[in-house]
Amino acid sequence: MKSEFIPPIGRIREINGQCISLFGDDIDTDRIIPARFLKCVNFDSLGESVFEDDRLTLNGRHPFDLEENKNATILIVNSNFGCGSSREHAPQALMRWGIKAIIGESFADIFYSNCIAIGIPCFTLSKTSIQEIQENKDNKFLFLEIDLKNSLAKSKDLNLKLEIKESSRKMFLSGEWDATTTLLKNENLIENKFNDLPYLKF
Amino acid sequence: MSQDTLFDKVWDLHKVSILPGGSDQIFIGLHLIHEVTSPQAFGALKDKNLKVKFPERTVATVDHIVPTDNQSRPFKDNLAEQMIETLEKNCLEHKIRFFNIGSGNQGIVHVVAPELGLTQPGMTIACGDSHTSTHGAFGSIAFGIGTSQVRDVLVSQTIAMNKLKVRQIWCENKLSKGVYAKDLVLHIINELGVKAGVGFAYEFAGPAIDELSMEERMTICNMSIEGGARCGYINPDEKTFNYIKNKLCAPKNEHWDKALTWWKSLKSDHNAIYDDVIKLDASKVEPTVTWGITPGQSISINQQIPLLDDLSPNDQVIAKEAYEYMSFKPGQLIKDTPIDVCFIGSCTNGRISDLRVAAKVLKDKKVSKNVKAFVVPGSEKVANEAKQEGLDQIFKDSGFQWREPGCSMCLAMNSDKLIGNQVSASSSNRNFKGRQGSPSGRTLLMSPAMVAAAAINGKVSDVREFIN
Repeated sequence: MKSEFIPPIGRIREINGQCISLFGDDIDTDRIIPARFLKCVNFDSLGESVFEDDRLTLNGRHPFDLEENKNATILIVNSNFGCGSSREHAPQALMRWGIKAIIGESFADIFYSNCIAIGIPCFTLSKTSIQEIQENKDNKFLFLEIDLKNSLAKSKDLNLKLEIKESSRKMFLSGEWDATTTLLKNENLIENKFNDLPYLKF
Repeated sequence: MSQDTLFDKVWDLHKVSILPGGSDQIFIGLHLIHEVTSPQAFGALKDKNLKVKFPERTVATVDHIVPTDNQSRPFKDNLAEQMIETLEKNCLEHKIRFFNIGSGNQGIVHVVAPELGLTQPGMTIACGDSHTSTHGAFGSIAFGIGTSQVRDVLVSQTIAMNKLKVRQIWCENKLSKGVYAKDLVLHIINELGVKAGVGFAYEFAGPAIDELSMEERMTICNMSIEGGARCGYINPDEKTFNYIKNKLCAPKNEHWDKALTWWKSLKSDHNAIYDDVIKLDASKVEPTVTWGITPGQSISINQQIPLLDDLSPNDQVIAKEAYEYMSFKPGQLIKDTPIDVCFIGSCTNGRISDLRVAAKVLKDKKVSKNVKAFVVPGSEKVANEAKQEGLDQIFKDSGFQWREPGCSMCLAMNSDKLIGNQVSASSSNRNFKGRQGSPSGRTLLMSPAMVAAAAINGKVSDVREFIN
């Protein structure tokens, strides 16, 4: 079993770690965490069930079961990753397994928002760059140093310019990805809006 | 950048501030919650000693985990019982309106809110469920959120979000007989692909959309998310207003007149600017069935499962995965595929009009003996209405099991599940691997009428052969 889970907190400026590649477009959140694991009132035990059905099908050969990947923290994926259900259980399960950042061709919108809201930066790269990373056998133990300030990922041989929504990048650098406090700072504006909206008077 | 669309108007109206990072802080007019994605959010409130800011703007029901055979308490499934108890406790503690089982108003959250008149034009609506896009059928801006954002809505009634782009999907002409809203939306997703909607809100418009009933419009908007669009909407019109009028939570008396005037001002301007416009001909759509593992992998009832070479290189990888998982051969006809289970229900197609259409096909017919068929009404109201019309009896006489309301086998969080590699004909919204509760179960999505036809023949059939 992995070391104890510590959720991210505050500013996130860099993430250094080993990559784990997962192949395939349109990997939906039902596959990331099947619905039967949603019967819970907290997220604590989700890490061990991540990709449960895919892992059972592959009988030990799934990337999340390979010994060489057990310390990986940066997930490399293809396009439309996290499509389908809005279940935050999906990124929570990935995070509890050990994932701290995701680099992919593209992400489904709700999954992306959920990742930002819990402190997992998601970056995009071109299809070609992703495939280069995924297919290069030398990258089996690819370690990346992700620098959020400059949106760069570096390894011994690679120097990648990552794309990330500017608002997300700023929120990670300032720590405001954990949005509650920031939202509540505008309490007066929220009250004004509540009083102004026409339909709240109907 | 879009301008003067309904989306722009509603978004701008709800903008509270621009946050330091550059995202918008958006006020949520109506927050819907259920038992699966809310407990951790309430847990966070407790941890941080925060309270619900506007409890009257949140409404709860229970749908995902409820059993559909025996709903007596405590539920047989301890975990399900624990989840409903947690929701009951949270609603009581935070003074949130809760439509529980037996209240007469319980059901799938996206069926319940519209039938109560909670869903209204011009609102922003959020819920910890991706099919929240359903409510866009009323000209509201409605989208799914995760649990952390549920927490944010509870404590601040706002979320941090970037404005979406707007794509208009213009549907020319009319749907032909035996072709339903489900077929149209499956067709749209097939044409555009499952990721085309990422970063977009979809505005569905045109004569074919105008022609649809409110319930059919909900089916269309419901599946926006399957095309990647977090939000889908339709400009409100007389049908919208008539649907809402006299509903329990609809504006009444002088408020109704004010509401009407305001609602009429919301629709996209004639010269609105869209980030993208797509046009398609609804009259060309035929009864449509999915053959693969994404809602975009669909064909018309008389078509063959596509050959690899017929697909774009981007679609080939997932197609190969689909052939293998579904045990289909490229070039094979979808028609006559044997079916094990038939499911009518879900937030996509579990409303009274869906049940009426299916019952019409099933009347005086029998479900094939090889098929297990069941119908799960979308809400207690739908169930009661169906009973008053005698639809429950038609279903039962045909061999369908008549169940209690809930999400049921759309996502199989209760005991309604596929077994092994069974094939289901399902009126739900997702055919993902393992979606219906068995890691090797196979789902064919189609309209409720097509599910009824499949149930009778025990195989995928063309419903047009049943209706005249």
